[in-house]
Parts: sequence; C-alpha cells; structure tokens
Amino acid sequence: MTTVSTSVSRKPVRWGRLALHLGCLAALLIMLYPLAWLLATSLKPADEVIASLNLLPSHLEWSNYKTAFEGVNDVSIWRLLSNSLLIAGGAVLGNVISCSLAAYAFARLRFRMRGPLFAFMIATIMLPHHAVLIPQYIIFNQLGLVNTYWPLILPKFLATEAFFVFLIVQFMRGLPRELEEAARIDGCGPFRSFFQVVLPLTRPALITTAIFTFIWTWNDFFTQLIYLFDPEKFTLTLALRSFVDASSQSAFGPMFAMSVIALLPIVLFFLAFQRFLVEGMASSGLKG
Amino acid sequence: MTTTDIPAPTARPYQPAGTPKRRPKREREGAAWVFLSPWVLGAIVLTLLPMAVSLYLSFTDYDLFNPPRWVGLRNYVQMFTEDPRYWRSVITTLTYVVIAVPLQLALALLVALALKSMKRGRAFYRSAFYAPSLLGASMSIALVWRALFNDGGTVDNLLGTGGWVNKPGWALLAVALLTVWQFGAPMVIFLAGLQQIPAELYEAAAVDGAGRWRQFRSVTVPMLSPVLFFNLVLQTIQAFQVFTPAFAVSAGKGGPADSTLVYTMYLYDRGFVASHMGYASAMAWVLLLVIGAVTAVLFRTSRSWVFYASDADGGVR
Repeated sequence: MTTVSTSVSRKPVRWGRLALHLGCLAALLIMLYPLAWLLATSLKPADEVIASLNLLPSHLEWSNYKTAFEGVNDVSIWRLLSNSLLIAGGAVLGNVISCSLAAYAFARLRFRMRGPLFAFMIATIMLPHHAVLIPQYIIFNQLGLVNTYWPLILPKFLATEAFFVFLIVQFMRGLPRELEEAARIDGCGPFRSFFQVVLPLTRPALITTAIFTFIWTWNDFFTQLIYLFDPEKFTLTLALRSFVDASSQSAFGPMFAMSVIALLPIVLFFLAFQRFLVEGMASSGLKG
Repeated sequence: MTTTDIPAPTARPYQPAGTPKRRPKREREGAAWVFLSPWVLGAIVLTLLPMAVSLYLSFTDYDLFNPPRWVGLRNYVQMFTEDPRYWRSVITTLTYVVIAVPLQLALALLVALALKSMKRGRAFYRSAFYAPSLLGASMSIALVWRALFNDGGTVDNLLGTGGWVNKPGWALLAVALLTVWQFGAPMVIFLAGLQQIPAELYEAAAVDGAGRWRQFRSVTVPMLSPVLFFNLVLQTIQAFQVFTPAFAVSAGKGGPADSTLVYTMYLYDRGFVASHMGYASAMAWVLLLVIGAVTAVLFRTSRSWVFYASDADGGVR
C-alpha cells in the first residue's frame, strides 16, 4: 500500500511555493516590526519619538543609552543587571538540580504511590500561580524574607516548576535502559547510576530547562513586583516599570534604550540556543 | 533451610534464605524518596499547604498585620453581589480569553501548515516566528506595545483610529494582540505534530481521490486533534492568568475605565495594594475553580472531536 508513489499535481506548485514564501516573508516583517521599532526608537532624539512618522531616526542619539546606563532612582544599571542575573542564575541552578532529581525518580525508580504522585505533579503544571501566591507571600513575610531574593529563588530548589520535571521525565524515558542495567550489574546503586550514567545523557533536556528558566525568570514581573520594593534590590524589569509610572515623553528614548538592554540577554540566548528552545517547546506538546 | 512447614508449592520462584533479591528493592524505594525529597517538600510547603491556607483565608478578613478574622462567606457574597469591579474584571478576562486564544491558535495552525509544505527555509522561519514567544512576556515589549498603540503611535498613524490604549473598547484588543503576536510557541508544537503524521495516510487518501481540502479535513485535522487539544488547554489556562501585558499597556491602572482590569490585576489590587488578603484569597480560589471547570469541560468535549490513533488501532502510544 505504501509503495504507490503518487505525484499529486506538481505543476502549480512553483507559483504556490513563491506565494508561500512571499506570504511568510510579509508575515515575518509585520512580526518583527515591533522589535525594529524598539531598536530605532532607542536611538531617536526626544522630539522624534512620537512626532515623527519615520521609523528611522534622523540621527543616532546615543545619549539615550548614556542616560539609561545611569540607571533609575539613583541605582546604576549595573546594579540592576547584576540583581537580575543573580535571581535568574539562582533559579536556573535550582530548577536544574531539583527538577532532574525528581524526574529521575518518576522516570526510573519504583516507589509507592508513584502513579498518584505523578498525576499530582502533572496537575500542578496547570495550577494557577495565583492560587498559592498569597499564602506563599504570607509564609515568606512571617519568615522575614519579603524584600529579599529568597522567595524568588528558594522555590526553584524545591522543584515547584513541574513543567520542567515533566520535560526531563519525558526525555529520560527515551533513554535506553540497557546502560543503567549494565551499570547496575557492575554494582552501581541508583545514585551513581544517576550521576554517572543518566545525568550526562540528559544534558539536552537540562540545557533546555536552564535556558527556559533563565528567560522566564528574566522576564518575570509579577513575583518581583510583589516581593521586592527596595530600589536597590530592583531588577531591570522592575526598573523599567518605574518608567511606566513616570511616562513623560522626554524619558521615552532612555526608557527604550533600557528596554533594549533588558532584552539583549534573551536575544543572545535565543541566537545561541534556538535549536534547544524550539525542539524543547516542540517535544513538550507531544508524546504526552 | 528446613522443609517442615512449607505449604503447597506456589508459583513463586524459588528464593534462597537471606535472599539478596528483596533488599535492593527496598533500598531503591528509599533512594527514590531521597531523589524526590526536594519535590515532596515543595509540593507540601509551597503548594498543598498554601492552597489550604488560602482556602481558610478566603473565609476571613485579613490585612497581614492583624490576625485573620473569620467572616464566613462574606467575601464570596460581596464578590458576587456587591462588587461591580469584580464582575467587570470577570467579563474583561473572559473577553480577552475568547479573543486571544482562538486568534492565536488559528494563526499558529495556519503558519504551521504553511511551513510544513515548505521545503527550504523552514528552520529559519520556525525560529524567527518563535522568537516573539520568548520576548513577548517581557516588560520591554509590553512598553513597546503601549507606545505602538498610543495616540500618535504606529497603529494610530496607519489606521487613523486614534490610540487604542486610551479607548475603553479598544485597549483590551491591543492587549490581546500582544498575546496573538506570541503565536510561535503553539505553532512550533503544531508543526512538530504535523510532521509526525505518516505520509502514507496522505498517499492513501490521494489514491482514493481526495483533494487537498479533503485531505486536510479527513487526515490532518483528526491526526492533529490531540495536539490542537493540548494547545487549546494550555493557552486557555495561561490566558486566564494574563497580567504583565494588561499591566503595562494600561500603565499599571487597568484603565481606561477599568477596561483592561483583568482578573489577576484586580486580585493584585485587592490583595497587595488594598491589603484585603482574605478577599484576594477568595478571588484566587474562584479563579482556580473556574480554570478547573473550564479544563474539565474542554476534556469532556474533547471526546467528541479529539482522535487518538492508538484507540483506533489498539496500539500503545
């Protein structure tokens, strides 16, 4: 049945393909317009931001970046950047460690209640963050940890982002069991087997977890808005928010310059790891 | 080894005394809990306990400083019968979900279909269309959105409609378009699903004389329906929790005239601005129940339109 090779109407395909490419290209231009606009506006003189219809600035106003680098509320941009990096870095470390540990247990080890616990873990992926937000806030408030980075980092070390547990479980299930069995025959317990056999093989999933965690934490606004109120402890996202409040047009150039700076790490990560990101996203929706 | 009181032989394989067979199993069970311990701790302390606490708080009056005061169903009654802003936020959120999710998924499917039939440049387009999904959740892009849709912004100049962010009926549409702009993530999942449909199915359909549209209807749609369902559930759940774009586009106020005051923004306003933690907890629980109910309804209706290949041929997925 599968040996029938069909040649379904090959002729109009060429024009069709051209139209397809043109359509995609047009869609892409529209899609990327906001990014181009952001980059152009970050280099525009103050009087051209709104008044001018040109996308391109009449001359490049680098002073916007100079102003942006001075920071907000007397906090330098380096401080904001390193705050953002600290939180994102801590979150990455926490997620990679805790999620891979839990994933190994779910994917490979037998224990009582495995089925129900796995189902519960999957259910928490869908749990709205807001259902637990207020009591978590109260707990951290009682512990005196509000206005510190602990509420933003500590939960990641407890595998609260079940999405990544699931992602790694799916990946580990695809690994051949023979390697672990061979390791066990050679006398490896589950711990050595995990660290020396499974973990190295799981690297692609761990990289995907790390990059997604970084980007999501970097972009996160709500949690930071709730837990941090000391300008010294602000992240880039929160600093940008203070621009929203004081949205006089003269601040537009520097505001968008800072927006560009805030997006830069994500863009770099994307360019460097796009394969992992796209594949990771693609696999999350299948196999399930 | 004695044979004095051994009952009738069982099917169990012979195990010598002091068998090493059982011990590793128990050891492995212990090891499993070591691996699971961070997750278990997190599930109890940061998920289950907070859920129970917020349920309790939803029946109290609590401002973070004074101890919670039991008020029974007061918060819920107030929410449903005396708070027009609450209903406003419910309607706003539902409107947003109904606009953003179908538009986003339709666009994602359309682009995925276009990319599937493409031989060259697919990887490039796939990455390029995916990029906004990573950038779109950021404050930077939300600020760009506000400027693009403001008076004198690009949209105003192109369409002459005035700035959307200052018009009650239009501001929410600007927020929804920001979500639609991030169609890349579901698109990538659609594309992966499309590529898993066996080519034989199309060939067989073509042999049977099915045209393109018929192939789409009878092969693509059923084979893709599990992925479509997955995307629909995921995007709907996420859409109910939208916060940052509405916050940024309305400069943190939910305006104009509360027209972008989505549910989570009102929850934030009640809980963290007005310090009505009990009221906000009640709101959070209603949100949880509504999302649960919507998911359950989606799952129920899915039986009539989601097709699992494994059910048909009895295979194991």
